[in-house]
Amino acid sequence: MSAPGATTYREALRAAHREALQRDPRVFVMGEDVGRYGGAYAVTRGLLAEFGPERIRDTPLSESVFVGAGIGAAIGGMRPIVEVMTCNFALLALDQIVNNAATLRHMSGGQLGVPLVIRMATGAGRQVAAQHSHSFEGWFAHIPGIKVLVPATLEDARGMLWTALQDPDPVLICEHATLYNASGELAPNAGAVEIDRAAIRRAGQDLSVITYGGSLAKVLAAAAELDREGISAEVLDLRTLRPLDDRTILESVRRTRRALIVDEGWRSGSISAEISARLMESGFFDLDAPVARVCSLEVPVPYPHHLEEACLPQVEGIVRAAKESLGHG
Amino acid sequence: MSAEPQTETREHALELWRQMRRIRLFEEKCAELYSAQKIRGFLHLYIGEEAVAVGTLQAITADDAIVAAYREHGHALVRGVPMPALMAELYGKAEGCSGGRGGSMHFFDAKRRFYGGYAIVAGGLPVAVGLALADKLRGLSRVTACYFGDGSIAEGEFHESMNLASLWQLPVLFICENNFYAMGTALDRHQAQLDLVLKARGYGVAAQSVDGMDVRAVERAAREAADRVRQGKAPFFLECKTYRFRAHSMYDPELYREKSEVEAWKKRDPVLTYAASLRQSGVLDADTERNLEQSLSRELDDAVRFAEQGTWEPETSLTRFVHAEKEAPQ
Repeated sequence: MSAPGATTYREALRAAHREALQRDPRVFVMGEDVGRYGGAYAVTRGLLAEFGPERIRDTPLSESVFVGAGIGAAIGGMRPIVEVMTCNFALLALDQIVNNAATLRHMSGGQLGVPLVIRMATGAGRQVAAQHSHSFEGWFAHIPGIKVLVPATLEDARGMLWTALQDPDPVLICEHATLYNASGELAPNAGAVEIDRAAIRRAGQDLSVITYGGSLAKVLAAAAELDREGISAEVLDLRTLRPLDDRTILESVRRTRRALIVDEGWRSGSISAEISARLMESGFFDLDAPVARVCSLEVPVPYPHHLEEACLPQVEGIVRAAKESLGHG
Repeated sequence: MSAEPQTETREHALELWRQMRRIRLFEEKCAELYSAQKIRGFLHLYIGEEAVAVGTLQAITADDAIVAAYREHGHALVRGVPMPALMAELYGKAEGCSGGRGGSMHFFDAKRRFYGGYAIVAGGLPVAVGLALADKLRGLSRVTACYFGDGSIAEGEFHESMNLASLWQLPVLFICENNFYAMGTALDRHQAQLDLVLKARGYGVAAQSVDGMDVRAVERAAREAADRVRQGKAPFFLECKTYRFRAHSMYDPELYREKSEVEAWKKRDPVLTYAASLRQSGVLDADTERNLEQSLSRELDDAVRFAEQGTWEPETSLTRFVHAEKEAPQ
């Protein structure tokens, strides 16, 4: 199944689920259409036949109760993986995620941990209009008490789930919806990955382009184009939005002296704003140019293809912003 | 059914009174300490509703779980969370049952399976459903008792929880403490259907209503309900009709109800009426009453002293307990 070249992001996620279900009898999956339908994004396809309805549980369209039930089950000794179809729908479960999952440990003085994993799709690019296209991982990254993972590569899609399940606290995994079909090579022995560090996906010396998730491929394409023009961009994949790996970000910017952040979220109050602020606080004297950002335009994501494309960060805009940062505008 | 012989023993009859009286005294002391500004924040008193916690928790064993809302002092006391730890929590002291970080609305005692303390109306219900799901998946024959007020019935989480608990046949004993007010909004101003058991039955959940001012009736109904949950491994909805004699919280000027209404309900005070019946039947004699009152009073004094002498958590540890601490795994 995982022969080189034959693996997709979706299959990598599925392999991660299968492994988790095999390794730990406390693990079970619950969410809308994860069973018979096979998962809205087909991540869990086949798992029902393999593991049965006790462990692959279809739920009603009741985000708040099945996320809350995941919290209760986690407190009660299980290791639930809750799939919320998209981060847009996760808003219906915000009370449980923010007021309960993220706060119970603190409010109980350390007595109650919530070892829960919540997976959801995020992001635009498939012409499914505003209510299925938004990127809220930056919002979730605002909240103390949870961790927010954004796997951009096959290795991370394969490896982050198991690491998340080992975490004694709630972990959100936000998977960009356009990545599920991404394919590439994945080592047959690929397994758990650490989630504490950002990764340099491409080394460079002229500027640091900081991104994550669905924007990584665009940033790498932009870096290749910049390279053809003699500009060497370093590409940093955050991998985890909370907690942010400040050290890797600052070290990179210290080397390149320029920073461009690419984030599919809206600019105002975004994770890119947070990273920019941290660079101001801790890296100001290392910078030779203002921190630059490429974000989504501040509109609900529209349906028509050309408008949706115009709304989102694109390779051309990233290249342009990089050049401006270098004074090549 | 299983309760009948037990409720008839003198010891048990007295114990029901002692537990209700204990909550009443604790709550009255809380009001006093709040006025003295020893207790801050929101404080929701349970005075008038004691028969519900005392009656229902007779049917809940140490193995079972409890999920409560923000008016949960009584439940924690009956559960056996030590009174000093509760009082210290109200003071915000490090010795509190939640390390002082929760306060009145967020009592927790994981060892005693007392899982809160939820201040978002109906926010505890999905968690209770999940605790019951964990028991079911682990093959454990346990009940999760979940307390909430009539205000919760208007929340989506109530309906989602009823549906899922019924669909998956999860062992949750839903206990609605219907005190006829959601904060200051009377039941007939927040519900289109006033018969609350119909709501549960609409989801295929067995349901019953009981006089929440009569501790024996509550206990009887709760034992039957808990037996059904345990044996049928299915949820049950128990509505306890009760009344809070005090305001919603200490901030509430009570503009929404007539004093005469409150006075009428006070005639049915669950602690006083039960004590009167015990005196009449000779179970509660003057000596016994005096001894019990003295011992409760001592316990309360000790709890206040413990809270007074408790320590403030140093600010240096303020950011603890956001995530698990590696050196102290739970």
